[in-house]
Amino acid sequence: AARAAQLELKVQEIQAAAAERVANGANLTAPAPSHEGTYGLGRPALEEEIAAWDVDVLPDGRGLPVGSGDVWTGEEVFADRCASCHGEFAEGVDNWPVLAGGFDTLANEDPVKTVGSYWPHLSTAWDYISRSMPFGEAGTLTADETYAIVAYILYSNDLVDDDFELSNENFAEFEMYNKDGFVVDTRPETEYAEWRKEPCMENCKAESAVTMRSVFLVETPPEGGSNSVMNDATVEGLPTFTADGPSFIPAAAPKPEEEAAAEPAVQEAEETDEATELVAAGAKVFKKCKACHQVGEGAKHGTGPALNGIVGANAGSVEGFKYSKAMKAASEAGLVWTDEEMAAFLTKPKDYMKGTRMSFAGLRKPDDVEAVIVYLKSFGS
Amino acid sequence: ETPDPLITELQDWASYTGAGVDETPYGMPISYESHVVRRNVEWLTASPISSINFTPIHALDGTITPQGCAFERHHSGAIELRKEDYRLMINGLVDRPLVFTYDDIERFPRENHVYFCECAANTGMEWAGAQLNGVQFTHGMIHNMEYTGVPLRTLLQEAGADISPDKWVYVEGADASSNGRSIPMEKALDDVLVAFKANGEALRMEHGYPVRLVVPGWEGNMWVKWLRRIEVVDRAVESREETSKYTDVYADGTAQKWTWVMDAKSVITSPSPQMPIKHGPGPLVISGLAWSGHGQITRVDVSKDGGITWETARLGKQGDTKALTRFYLDTNWNGAPMLLQARAMDETGYVQPTKDQLREKRGENSVYHNNCIQTWYVSAEGIAENVEVS
Repeated sequence: AARAAQLELKVQEIQAAAAERVANGANLTAPAPSHEGTYGLGRPALEEEIAAWDVDVLPDGRGLPVGSGDVWTGEEVFADRCASCHGEFAEGVDNWPVLAGGFDTLANEDPVKTVGSYWPHLSTAWDYISRSMPFGEAGTLTADETYAIVAYILYSNDLVDDDFELSNENFAEFEMYNKDGFVVDTRPETEYAEWRKEPCMENCKAESAVTMRSVFLVETPPEGGSNSVMNDATVEGLPTFTADGPSFIPAAAPKPEEEAAAEPAVQEAEETDEATELVAAGAKVFKKCKACHQVGEGAKHGTGPALNGIVGANAGSVEGFKYSKAMKAASEAGLVWTDEEMAAFLTKPKDYMKGTRMSFAGLRKPDDVEAVIVYLKSFGS
Repeated sequence: ETPDPLITELQDWASYTGAGVDETPYGMPISYESHVVRRNVEWLTASPISSINFTPIHALDGTITPQGCAFERHHSGAIELRKEDYRLMINGLVDRPLVFTYDDIERFPRENHVYFCECAANTGMEWAGAQLNGVQFTHGMIHNMEYTGVPLRTLLQEAGADISPDKWVYVEGADASSNGRSIPMEKALDDVLVAFKANGEALRMEHGYPVRLVVPGWEGNMWVKWLRRIEVVDRAVESREETSKYTDVYADGTAQKWTWVMDAKSVITSPSPQMPIKHGPGPLVISGLAWSGHGQITRVDVSKDGGITWETARLGKQGDTKALTRFYLDTNWNGAPMLLQARAMDETGYVQPTKDQLREKRGENSVYHNNCIQTWYVSAEGIAENVEVS
């Protein structure tokens, strides 16, 4: 309370000083004025409105709704709603987060930070899953489903047995593995105190040499994005620096741009017909799909199915891929990915097929849709 | 010597007429600058919907970042939210839980401030060594804009909030990720803004249109976009973004939480890997950016020999608090290779550390808050490369 009064005083001081400057005409800039009482803006929030939005759950369990879920129910819900990104066993698909395992790796070179190994509070998992998951379908899980998923994640981390049931009643008792693993920012003591001093300007060290070169070289194509290639240059051949400058001046390396310059012209000459241009345009558009879909030689399933031969095929028919219920139903109903159907799907996936797992918002430009379909056809149809 | 035909011959643009006034009602950069764009690195994230791209800081000058090339970071994609559909709720430990419309927000007294917004993960890939060859990619998770907004304290006062210093303000967005973060009351009362304009114009969709939070000097993840709810609480919520993410794992496996402040940092933007020296020996402008979450930048030093000797650079203008400061070192390049570094100091006397100093304290697994001194090796041909030095 004493600090509150202090803070209030500080705010008043700032405002008084600003008011004085204005009064003196010395400086007409001032922070937004304070105001006795309120402005009377806004309207009272209704209970139902607060209930709809105020759903955060605190580490002590405050905010949890009544409900429960067990490991086995959780396994089913997880397989249906979570596994396409996080894997059947919460092991993570592609770059999507791993949720299980990684115990005692936090001090290793590459720590594996999972719900089990790293998260200090169980409330965080419940809160996040309930509000923000599944990715692309946030806010659609029931309280019981959320309890069940959290119970399954604990099980997949070997933190509970298979007969475990999580509920609002036993929630607050549950202690996470890494609950004592966090400290509040120590930089003020460990770093600031040491580094707040006049820095060295001359002869700060005897010599300076390159110990590591950039792992990647990054190309920046004109249309945006970037392509990284490994840098195979070594530190050998680079000079060591002393106060007298570099130890030697390396001979000029051949410029790779000059050698490569001749090639694109030839390519351009070949790529003249319209279809090829469309395929190229489609390849560019397909970049938006690449996070989940592969196409071409050796294409595998990722978050979404591999797409070789998809145009003209029956919906939901790519072997070895676990489709959503909605896609399975469409498949059974005999949906075929004709150009028209595919175009409609790609334009607004969620409108076209309610319940699809494809979290993509859709392609707004008809030209992009056409191009990407032509591109997909170039891998069989 | 041959006369320059660009001077001696009549050029098309000096004879024909140019574009009419309404050709692009909202202007885009001229086509010759179309390479100056935000860029991402695809393999860094699982999906472009939850991802990051980078400001082309190598190609900018001065300090203000145009909104159209200011980096984006979304956790569930950028949403389209109309002003008419915008609601901001303030609830929790308040006398009067309130709902504001967008128009309500514009009726409170407002302020203008220039602040930098830096992602906690800026330079995060470089902990394990020199990784990405371009200042856009090593340091581009930053932008600097002039924000117009209402002080958060005004809204807290309007709702009759409990503002005692052990209280917290929990903020969340309207998007699917909601990205909730807890802010201690002292900061909430200090300089946090509920902002609706940047660089004079409405916020861009990707920066939280129509309303976002501005948390000066603190990590970008706290600058909640599409701000929809402010809750006064008696403890930190410890949401996903303040426990599992945006916490710093040290070498011994312990993690640091609530590491909100972005410490003083600087980097040379030109020359740099995307900005080689093309003109050969002679006059050379070495230029870069410096910033500190603790306040003003007071000095920037530049070294051409990997930290053996330092020269004090010239500041473009006295830096605003918690905003980007431009520095220049106007020099005469003798054509010999250089190891270029910059080192920032702020008004608290904090001196930007070397990578080794940081690693000694934290190890290499920290991901976030890497504010080390960056080194570019510049060859005799003027090509610059991201390197580490002894």
